[in-house]
Amino acid sequence: MNQPMTQIASATPSVFSALGSVIRRDILLAARRKSDVLTTLFFFVIVVTLFPLGIGPEMSVLRNIAPGVLWVAALLATMLSLNRLFAADYADGTLEQMAISSVPLGVLVAGKVIAHWLLSGLPLALLAPILGLQFDLAPQQLWVLAIALAIGTPVLSLVGAVGAALTLGVRGGGVLVSLLVLPLYIPVLIFGAGAVEADLTGLGASAHLSLLAAFLAVTAFFGPWATTVALRISLE
Amino acid sequence: MSNQVINFFKFSSPQAFYPLAGKMVPWFAALAAILGITALYIGFFIAPTDAQQGEGYRIIFVHVGVSWMSMLIYVVMAMWAAIGLGFNTRLSNMMASALAPTGAMFAFLSLCTGALWGKPMWGTWWVWDARLTSELILFFLYIGFIALQSAIDDPRRADKAGAVLAIVGVINVPIIYFSVQWWNTLHQGSSVSLTKSPSMAATMLLGMLLMALCFWMYSIAVALKRLRVIILERERHTAWVAALPEVKS
Repeated sequence: MNQPMTQIASATPSVFSALGSVIRRDILLAARRKSDVLTTLFFFVIVVTLFPLGIGPEMSVLRNIAPGVLWVAALLATMLSLNRLFAADYADGTLEQMAISSVPLGVLVAGKVIAHWLLSGLPLALLAPILGLQFDLAPQQLWVLAIALAIGTPVLSLVGAVGAALTLGVRGGGVLVSLLVLPLYIPVLIFGAGAVEADLTGLGASAHLSLLAAFLAVTAFFGPWATTVALRISLE
Repeated sequence: MSNQVINFFKFSSPQAFYPLAGKMVPWFAALAAILGITALYIGFFIAPTDAQQGEGYRIIFVHVGVSWMSMLIYVVMAMWAAIGLGFNTRLSNMMASALAPTGAMFAFLSLCTGALWGKPMWGTWWVWDARLTSELILFFLYIGFIALQSAIDDPRRADKAGAVLAIVGVINVPIIYFSVQWWNTLHQGSSVSLTKSPSMAATMLLGMLLMALCFWMYSIAVALKRLRVIILERERHTAWVAALPEVKS
């Protein structure tokens, strides 16, 4: 009686090992083609650098626009990297195999989103304080900026995954995904940039960070599920 | 009783609903015209001049109704999309597609009338206030929905993808509604409240409600008309469409 049970258990991997292997696979794939990840990061750096050149080098102005500029650049960089999330797996049929595997598709999607965040959101959050120095932000605001980005960018990956799944294989998908996803990013932008601004004006950033964390909790719950539904529609 | 239920479900088929929609359109259009003329008459000639805002406030009669409709239509659209996604009924998805352009138009009109009202009252066309911004986001959501549906050639996939987007976007509508409480800014608080007695003259309220009803009727008429066109387009290969007198001629 016990013997067949263990066999079944070994045939279908546990949810957590599946999650871990999807994350490892996506990171390994990205490590083999570093240019994809690095291009997004340099896009972020270049966009942020353009703003002082366009607006002028007055530090007082730059300090005020820094949170917004960094957040908008992070939004655009995340959006550009969304294409990477499913397109290659869709093209070579891996996604269909994932959809029919014994592990729930939602788990595999969650793994892919986590890997996407580790490769795009986390580097942005780590890089942002260095760019913030160019905008003359104080050390405390640099901390708030990094924390806000660390909480906010997973939301961007989770919401963006829905848009990426909906536009799989659709003509003009790259431009379309920005039209679908950017409006949904606006609350994250408001509270993410607001956190740094609130700290600049001495209000304290905890309220904004709590709201960002609330967004993260809600999207972490619904995001993978909505992405799964969207993927199944695209794979029909 | 069971007989009635069967009658209702009969109309979830495009073939059965097409003639019914055709009969309903003129009635709703006529109601919209009557209500609209009455509301405009009240708005322009009967409602008193506002003590603080002068004659400029009269755009409220259009602005409020238009803003209500832009939000309501998104919720109704998401509801039809959810029904279509859940029960796989073609007509519900067509209804969602038919509502989207009307909703987008109302959101655009809401922004335009708001700007026209804002210029004399606040001295500026646009304020980065939460409610205005949310209305703008709502407009973007409508455009995203229409763009996604028109980018996908297969109507079944377009319906379902649009439905997922509409349901995800409907989270934005409560944010619009509660934004006044969330962020305190320049925009005046809402003047119509269910809990407090309204802070405006009864005739003003009457005009505003009549105008909102007019927009309501207009939306139903236009959505049904558009639904008929969508049904014809999607069912053009069927025998019943080929047998229709307007198609034959």
